[in-house]
Amino acid sequence: MKNRKKIATVWLGGCSGCHMSFLDIDERILDIIQLADIVKSPIVDQKEFPYVDLALVEGSVTCDEHLAEIKNIRAKSKMLIAFGDCAVMTNVTGMRNYFPLNEVLDTSYVNAISNDEGGESPSHPCLMKLNDKAVPLQEVVTVDFVIPGCPPDADTIFYVLQEFLNDRTPNLSTAHKLKYG
Amino acid sequence: MDKQTLHINPVTRIEGHARITIELNEQGSVQNATFHVNEFRGFEKFCEGRMYTEMPTITPRICGICPTSHTLASVKACEMIQGIQPTYTAHLLRKLMHIGQNLSSHALSFFHLSAPDLLLGFDSDPIKRNIVGLAEANPDLALKGIRLRKFGQELSERITGKKIHIKGIVPGGMAFPLTEDNRKALLHWIPEALETVNTGLSIIKCFHEEHAEMVQSFATAPTLYMGTVGPDGTHELYDGKLRFVDAEGAILEDQIEPQSYLNYIAERSVNWSYLKYPYYKPLGIEHGIYRVGPLARLNIANRMKTPLAQQEFERFKKINGGKPVHGTFYYHYARLIEALNDIEEAEKILNDPKVTSLHIQHHGQWNYEEGIGSSEAPRGTLFHHYITDETGKLKKINLLIATGQNNPSMNRSILDVAKQYIRSEQLSEGMLNRVEAAIRCYDPCLSCSTHAIGTMPMIIELKNNKGALIQKIERT
Ligand code: SF4
Repeated sequence: MKNRKKIATVWLGGCSGCHMSFLDIDERILDIIQLADIVKSPIVDQKEFPYVDLALVEGSVTCDEHLAEIKNIRAKSKMLIAFGDCAVMTNVTGMRNYFPLNEVLDTSYVNAISNDEGGESPSHPCLMKLNDKAVPLQEVVTVDFVIPGCPPDADTIFYVLQEFLNDRTPNLSTAHKLKYG
Repeated sequence: MDKQTLHINPVTRIEGHARITIELNEQGSVQNATFHVNEFRGFEKFCEGRMYTEMPTITPRICGICPTSHTLASVKACEMIQGIQPTYTAHLLRKLMHIGQNLSSHALSFFHLSAPDLLLGFDSDPIKRNIVGLAEANPDLALKGIRLRKFGQELSERITGKKIHIKGIVPGGMAFPLTEDNRKALLHWIPEALETVNTGLSIIKCFHEEHAEMVQSFATAPTLYMGTVGPDGTHELYDGKLRFVDAEGAILEDQIEPQSYLNYIAERSVNWSYLKYPYYKPLGIEHGIYRVGPLARLNIANRMKTPLAQQEFERFKKINGGKPVHGTFYYHYARLIEALNDIEEAEKILNDPKVTSLHIQHHGQWNYEEGIGSSEAPRGTLFHHYITDETGKLKKINLLIATGQNNPSMNRSILDVAKQYIRSEQLSEGMLNRVEAAIRCYDPCLSCSTHAIGTMPMIIELKNNKGALIQKIERT
């Protein structure tokens, strides 16, 4: 089994919809695990990010922790794939970029209609620090491949994985459900 | 001794999105425990100034696991703004998709997440303790679970062409009908789906019997419960009125219009979490802790809608002599009873002669400034509240989300567990286990907040108040 590949799937600033679409490959996940080990993912337990052949990264980089994480992932992944529209071009996660961060926070935490008297925006040192703007992966690291879509279609995800796991480069111009949104 | 702080940093399960801090006092006993959620995208602000009709497309992106519940709450708010009701067939199609989402989320929670623990053992090799490990140990069961989730997702796909962030739920109804071919294809799934849920039910009941003591004593702190019911108190996921019950099962409020939620629910923002603290307003933040989700929905309901689910429900009610079941472990059982109900109800709807009708949409226009919609997401009740100007542009948005409402009781469970297991500055492996178990019971969705699968390797760091590391333990 010398050619078994290692896959990681990671979740940064997104809604988990891309990961759910990955699970929508349904029974075909059994085909994937014939060819590769899923070594780091919300569906398996692994503490440190290991060296991998393929990393699928969902979501935008929205805070200090994401930035450190994506740099670590980049350093340890042969192939880094921006997985879904949020990773490719920030999508819904980037819609806050049109407003100053403190206004965005205060709207949710200080001025919400359902708030009682004591409203405070999160600022504890234990929390991640939000960056002023959410950015797509390629703005902070080199990205090797993109799978757009919100979320990408399960058939497309399966096709891309299968191609890479068989040492071929996927040709997305033939993937019939390739799309943004 | 200095005041100390423990940090628990869950790594996989709610990775990058949540962590726990436990503060010790000078005597080394637990003073406070807090669950910090690390996730924020700012929907309330960035939707301001957009047209209200865009909301059913934008808001499902809050969460990839319960997007349909968001779309439904959102479209109901839009319909209140227009002052219209969807057609009969549109209701049927929306119900089908909502059932599908509930089913796929519960299948994920039980078969992908919990079954590996229940069947391979809580102490089995963490590397194998997941759906892939389950596929090796019991391929038949893993496949069944995967296919049950698939059926749930197909209920949306066969109506709208998409499984996640579906399109086509529009103010006034639906943009797509259900074709006869698709109706038949969906009906085909029913026997297999029922069999799978029954397999799940026997797994959990067997576990209850074999581990009775653990199940009955696990995280049993009583709370209030809130959820949606039909006119006579029947369990309801899609549409209905709200009910609150107290820890003894007495009804505190009944048949509340979701539109008046602000009279009953308030929330407090705190600086240590991106998740707010909602509470039942009449009892205040100290005593008004309530839970939502499958356990809450069964605790508040008088009965289930469908016969097989009703039979199980009667067994469930016997657990605590008809009173609310507080044991957090029973969330699993509650999910499977709901899944049974989902399948029976889907079959009934698919056999309704009007389900393939083409009369699926009323056309409306802006009529009122304000709209409020609610629905029962897999993890609990969800509210969308929109205020618009006379051109239909949004001026103010308020979103009250299911997992947020479980936040106060999650914090309390963590504090209880920490108090019970931490005696001094020494950390123990047992404490890690217990904290992990307490959080997992809530199946927290922290992307809607964030949902996750598998167990949580953790790092706990014990630091003194100057930030120096005293002890660190890791579990992978
Ligand atoms: S691309 Fe869409 S599905 Fe994926 S994380 Fe972003 S909003 Fe969710």
